[in-house]
Amino acid sequence: METIIREETLKTPYVKFDGEKGLVEIKGRSIPENSIEFYKPLIDWLDKFADQPSGKTSVNVKLEYFNTSSSKCILDIFRKLELIHKKGDEVEINWYYEEDDEDMFEAGEDYQSIINIPFKMIEMEE
Amino acid sequence: MGFDLVNWYNEKRKGEVILEYVGSISSDVISNSLAEFESKASTLSDLKRVKKKVYSVLVECLQNLFHHVDEPPVDAKIDEKDKYGVVVLSKDGTFYRISTGNFVKKEKINSIKDRIDQVNSLSDEEIKLVYREILNNSKFSGKGGGGLGMLDIVRKTGNKLEYNFFQVDSSYIFFALDVYIS
Repeated sequence: METIIREETLKTPYVKFDGEKGLVEIKGRSIPENSIEFYKPLIDWLDKFADQPSGKTSVNVKLEYFNTSSSKCILDIFRKLELIHKKGDEVEINWYYEEDDEDMFEAGEDYQSIINIPFKMIEMEE
Repeated sequence: MGFDLVNWYNEKRKGEVILEYVGSISSDVISNSLAEFESKASTLSDLKRVKKKVYSVLVECLQNLFHHVDEPPVDAKIDEKDKYGVVVLSKDGTFYRISTGNFVKKEKINSIKDRIDQVNSLSDEEIKLVYREILNNSKFSGKGGGGLGMLDIVRKTGNKLEYNFFQVDSSYIFFALDVYIS
């Protein structure tokens, strides 16, 4: 599968989806006005990846900000990962948040309450 | 006669104005406003977590305008009419206040009012649960976050939304929203 790499912009995060290594990374800010436009190709990629995952998938989400428009798209990404997990493949989700950023910590808890994969909550010191 | 936009605007500039914009709320205007806030925020003495909250809430307020404003009335005395909106961010005492204003058609008053009153009536715990419920169950929409915006603002700030509707003419209302962050 083709690896997807997107550099960070003012409103969209750095993204790396590497099928061979089983690596899914999203970092930075996700605050576009039209988030579906940005996330649709990523969700399509995960759809294909779910057919032949790499055995273990590591997911690193390290967001500084995300808007409510992105929140549903991010949930959709987790839903695709949940499918892979249900098939019996290992999926590890690391949710990073900055020290004192209770909003980002709670956002991780929101997703964890919906998605049936344990999240590892990782606090980053400044 | 009736609503005086300039008076309203001046009232919102009370305190130290950090950001203000009047005109068309485009995607570029949002980017520029956020960049301007970030550069000014670096000179403000508040805790980083407070500044991050202000940034997040500012994103929602600006994008709320971007997605939902109506065209202003044809005879309104304003220059830019496409996606016309007003935003003022000021620091007034111990609070940051984000004020937004935009024209809406009169028939929308009830739905906006019901929505805000409902969000304002919820406890912190209820807001969290309703937020998760909407996140989990509502369908994708091309616009915004399918009703999560207002909830997100109240959840992050811990404060109720304050709003006013000012009659402009027989078919238009000016909708003014104040969000406080401390």
